[in-house]
Amino acid sequence: MADVSASGPILLTTADGRPLKEALARAQGQAKRRAFMLVLPLLLFIVITFLWPIAQVLHQSAYNPKFSDNMPKIGAWFAANPIGTEPDEAAYAALAEDLKAAAAAKTVAVAGERVNYEMPGTRSLFTAGGRKAKTLEPPFKEAVLAMDAKWGDPALWGVMRQVSSAYTTDFYLAAVDLERDPDGAIVQVPENERVYVNLFLRTFAMSAAITVICLILGFPVAFLLSVLPMRYSNLLMILVLLPFWTSLLVRTTAWMVLLQGQGVVNSLLVWAGILSDDGRLEMINNLTGTVIAMTHILLPFMILPLYSVMRPIPPSYVRAARSLGATSWTAFRRVYLPQTIPGIGAGGLLVFILSVGYYITPALVGGASGQLISNLIAFHVNKSNNWSLAAALATILLAAIMLLYWLYDKLVGIDKLKLG
Amino acid sequence: MKKLLVLSTALTAVSFAAQADVTVASWGGAYTQSQIEAYHKPFTAATGIAVISVDSDNPGPQVKTQVEAGNVTIDVADVEFSDAVRLCDEGMLETIGMDALPPGADGTPAAEDFLPGAVTDCAVSTIVFSTIYAYDTTKFPEGPTTIADLFDTTKFPGKRALGKRPKANLEMALMADGVPAADVYATLATPEGVDRAFAKLDSIKADIVWWEAGAQPPQLLADGEVVMATAYNGRMFSAEVADGKPFKTVWDGQVYEYDLFVVPKGAPNKDQAIEFVKFATSTQALADQAKWIAYGPARKSSAALVGLFNDGKTEMAPYMPTSPENMTNALASSYEFWVDHDAELNDRFNAWLAAN
Repeated sequence: MADVSASGPILLTTADGRPLKEALARAQGQAKRRAFMLVLPLLLFIVITFLWPIAQVLHQSAYNPKFSDNMPKIGAWFAANPIGTEPDEAAYAALAEDLKAAAAAKTVAVAGERVNYEMPGTRSLFTAGGRKAKTLEPPFKEAVLAMDAKWGDPALWGVMRQVSSAYTTDFYLAAVDLERDPDGAIVQVPENERVYVNLFLRTFAMSAAITVICLILGFPVAFLLSVLPMRYSNLLMILVLLPFWTSLLVRTTAWMVLLQGQGVVNSLLVWAGILSDDGRLEMINNLTGTVIAMTHILLPFMILPLYSVMRPIPPSYVRAARSLGATSWTAFRRVYLPQTIPGIGAGGLLVFILSVGYYITPALVGGASGQLISNLIAFHVNKSNNWSLAAALATILLAAIMLLYWLYDKLVGIDKLKLG
Repeated sequence: MKKLLVLSTALTAVSFAAQADVTVASWGGAYTQSQIEAYHKPFTAATGIAVISVDSDNPGPQVKTQVEAGNVTIDVADVEFSDAVRLCDEGMLETIGMDALPPGADGTPAAEDFLPGAVTDCAVSTIVFSTIYAYDTTKFPEGPTTIADLFDTTKFPGKRALGKRPKANLEMALMADGVPAADVYATLATPEGVDRAFAKLDSIKADIVWWEAGAQPPQLLADGEVVMATAYNGRMFSAEVADGKPFKTVWDGQVYEYDLFVVPKGAPNKDQAIEFVKFATSTQALADQAKWIAYGPARKSSAALVGLFNDGKTEMAPYMPTSPENMTNALASSYEFWVDHDAELNDRFNAWLAAN
């Protein structure tokens, strides 16, 4: 012992004289790096195609430089002068120079569009201003007001101050039917323009309804699948999987053929004398159509996780409960059902999250009353080109789903989730 | 559905296409078909440049999306006037200009040959089209005759198909409510006027089936899903004359406007695209298109060459939006109005749609 402490700890070395610890660390490090290289392509793929776009959407929802980039001088004036300052000659001079520069760069309409989001009808003020900006001479205040008296509107100056900063919460406000009044206070938009809050509520209510219907329909099927002898259950499984493998569009279009006024279902009912020819049911282009088609399309997402949980549950548990005197209902409720909770949770979460973001089916069979929030997001991406608003709506949707996921983790535990 | 198929096929085609092909985005269905017959095929025959056709519900916003994203795949787009003006204002289109356009076949300079206002800095009109409504003659042998009848569910019960957008619907609602065509936009510029138009739409809201693509309304009528439908007039002409469906067009309260070709900024084959636009808006091409669909040519020199439909017996004149007998109560769509109020009225319209 004394010898050892005198000469320091004995260093174990490899055959070529290097310390063993170092050699081991090196070898392990190499193995780790090699393993990391293996997952690197997938990691890069996820970062590039998933995380990066989400980050961009998040950024876009709060960042819109359409005005600030194209009208920098007026932005500088706003920065230098506090809220409430009456626009003076310097302000109008900055405005005139910005209009001139933006007109030359053909971006005046872009800036105008940003203002138009907050104050409808002002877009043409900017485009007309851009066309005449070349002729503006000092004093600019008179010149600009002579061009159009609307330029003197305090509300317009309020909006221009608001949009002169590229980072903004305006789109989140708009996404929950709020706006700023001329004094900067946050108020609800007029009643006939409120749309998003209702649509969010409708989306969540409908997703919940579809999830419950899927559970009610899917539970017995999954149970049957798990108890039938293999040769029958395989056949049944194919019946579940076949629609699952069929294209979403094909299935939705098939529902259109089945459900429309002159469609298969109605015609059969009329032929059978159950309905009169004038009393055909309205099952498409409304909420009913969306719920029917989406339930059918999402049903496998409920059945498969349920099945994977039910399969390993030994039938002896329920038999034991029955033999100890439990009624069949009690045995089901107290013994069987609790064991399927991970499957119900997984299926429910899957169906709910998928239906919250559903787009194609409601667009095709939803009519006006069956539209979900995703259809409005698509509208703002494809048609109105207000990507910032679309991004804000999408971010709220994402946040709601994360909240749901967190709640599920608290209540049931994410480790209990069983997807198959 | 069919549209999606065509679109995906077209997109696949684009990715395999050789560099010099011109990609033209248009509205699909019978309309695109007429362009293929009158513009694309002769253009390819004359120049050897292949033309790829892409369908869209409305190519205008698509152009904007592509230019903003910096990933332009469309060389030529067929857009409405308000979109042409707006995109041009925002610097998203290549300039074409009157001077680049060939004179009419009779030698008239382009500036005099095109209808007034049909050519802007960035866009060249091809046709005049109109939003009309048509009905199923098997349901109403006597038939509705006025724009007010479209909104009269007591006299003419049944579902109606309307376009899922405020444009044309609001104008028609006001005309049906008794506003003369000349006052429609002045009325619509006031909050009361907008309320009045929405109130009129509200009166039939429960009976409306909404369409999004121009090919849908004839389909909805043919399927018996609706008894009347607003539509672009050429689509109803094709269903009525070419397919022999029992439909009849009501011209009272029609809302007409130009359709224009534009070249997006950054189009991959800009030079060929401009060649294509010049070719397609020449006297002969425009006159040829009227053989395939009932849209009025934007050149005066073409009008004289328009005669019979390609079936060889149908006179086109009674089906043209610009025929005098169809113009007795007609409204010229105002692009100035829609450029300014599009965003606001879309919001209002979406809110109104979503409200129960």
